Amino acid sequence: MDVGKVTRRRFLVRAALPTIAAGVGIGSPRLCALAQAAASVSVLPASGPGPMPVTLNVNGRAHELRIEPRVTLLDALRERLALTGTKKGCDQGTCGACTVLVDGRRVNACLTLAVMVQRKAITTIEGLADGDQLHPMQAAFLAHDGFQCGYCTPGQILSAVALLAEKRATDEASVREWMSGNICRCGAYPNIVAAVRSVAGQPS
Amino acid sequence: MNAFRYAQARDAASAMAALAADPRARYIAGGTNVVDLMKEGVERPSLLVDITQLPLRGIDRTATGVRVGALALMSDVADHPAIARDYPVVAQALLASASPQLRNMATIGGNLMQRTRCAYFRDVSQHCNKRAPGTGCAAISGVNRRHAVVGGSEQCICTHASDLAVALLSVDAIVHVRGRAGERTVPLERFHVLPGSTPQRETVLEHGDLITAVELPASAAARNSYYLKVRDRASYEFALVSVAAALNVAGGRIRAARVALGGVAPTPWRAHAAEAALLGRPATGGTFAAAAEAATRGMKGYGQNDFKIVLVRRAVNRALQHVGAIA
Ligand SMILES: Cc1cc2nc3c(=O)[nH]c(=O)nc-3n(C[C@H](O)[C@H](O)[C@H](O)COP(=O)(O)OP(=O)(O)OC[C@H]3O[C@@H](n4cnc5c(N)ncnc54)[C@H](O)[C@@H]3O)c2cc1C
Ligand code: FES
Ligand code: FES
Repeated sequence: MDVGKVTRRRFLVRAALPTIAAGVGIGSPRLCALAQAAASVSVLPASGPGPMPVTLNVNGRAHELRIEPRVTLLDALRERLALTGTKKGCDQGTCGACTVLVDGRRVNACLTLAVMVQRKAITTIEGLADGDQLHPMQAAFLAHDGFQCGYCTPGQILSAVALLAEKRATDEASVREWMSGNICRCGAYPNIVAAVRSVAGQPS
Repeated sequence: MNAFRYAQARDAASAMAALAADPRARYIAGGTNVVDLMKEGVERPSLLVDITQLPLRGIDRTATGVRVGALALMSDVADHPAIARDYPVVAQALLASASPQLRNMATIGGNLMQRTRCAYFRDVSQHCNKRAPGTGCAAISGVNRRHAVVGGSEQCICTHASDLAVALLSVDAIVHVRGRAGERTVPLERFHVLPGSTPQRETVLEHGDLITAVELPASAAARNSYYLKVRDRASYEFALVSVAAALNVAGGRIRAARVALGGVAPTPWRAHAAEAALLGRPATGGTFAAAAEAATRGMKGYGQNDFKIVLVRRAVNRALQHVGAIA
């Protein structure tokens, strides 16, 4: 871990060294310039690569974890918090199965490092219902049969909830375009669009 | 994904110092490209410096145009009224990029720095001079339907994946960079570099340089601009060919013209020959067809991507008809 500061003194010592250092190949003007740049600022404290404390605020509850910086939000949710409603489809941002809300905005949890969303409000599919009362979007997916195998459904629903908040769902074409970040390999699209439009108050 | 250390930067100077101290350190902004490539083993940084807390998110009007902070999100830039009104090509390119979710994560600086989507580059078991210099380019004699028809070399024929960069090229955008020697500006046209014999080098940035903002100068042509993206499916897909066109027509004559292409070259590509065929000429279908033909000059296919040359001609023609208001 690089904690602490490059002090002016250490820099001056280094700056005085080039003639000696040149013999061992570390006295290039470039390295001196680097040392100079580093001299005026504190060195950033870094964590990892081992487990580090990470606090995640999921569905209104704070969870204290010890995880490596390389753990994605998706893996933290599924593997550490047992919130398996958020699905892993591609793990590379190409399907939308992992869609969750971070501070109200939809994102792909598979490309989000958990350590980077501390202090943010994370909403997953488990956080949508109010007790036994389904969120209107969940109810609409049931009513319109907006799925077949159901694997893409949590991501579709989170994406649709965000879409309504974004006020973009004005007609069928806009719903299709703004839901395009969620792929359904079963091809349940017509019913998904109908569900979203029904919550948006549009006749289908 | 390789194990790495993580640090969150509070100011640009300490972020830059952290990179200066470690040649294998990288910045992370939205993470949509670097995390993806780390999972593939293509990028293996020792340290990720999180720059998302730096105050570089603003989208501000200036005396000469608009200044977009490097950490502004793609979705926020697309939605900004000054961008939609004065640079429609930029808003359209952003809205045609990736997905709503990815645009909520990805930043403008990260977008310009994103690496090619070439399947050989992304697969560490394949030969690729960009990822592993000296191993050869598997695309030249391989599956190259998505690859470059201009600007490539014997070392690399990848395409640059950014839609935003193509649009920004058509409005003469300027990149603001903070480096060891202080602030400097680089016209976007000189920001990305062609592969030549060093395909691993993609931009003029040195290790540790930080993009702070992108400046969009206001112009009549930028206000009358358009982005046309042709792809395998209607949304959530990279371009096969894209065209950013900006025209200033007064009294029936073309006073200023910019034509930039995506999906055809290892960098966003400015079609200078097409622009020359437009400047000073009447804004007619004949002029646009000639410019579209000129846009393909010097293009060469590698078999599976030959179709792109025809597609360039047609897409440029259509985009020009749109901004020229004759369609
Ligand atoms: C499935 C998918 C589809 C996509 N479709 C499209 C598309 O259609 N069109 C399109 O244009 N793009 C598309 N993208 C690419 C996407 O736009 C980029 O991944 C994104 O813009 C990168 O921004 P970021 O902030 O996430 O960058 P990061 O991943 O955080 O960083 C990318 C690189 O930039 C460097 N970097 C970041 N910020 C700075 C800075 N300020 N100064 C210096 N270096 C910096 C990082 O060190 C890193 O090397 C797609 C991506 C995915 C995953
Ligand atoms: S699992 Fe995240 S987009 Fe597919
Ligand atoms: S319902 Fe099966 S993937 Fe969408």
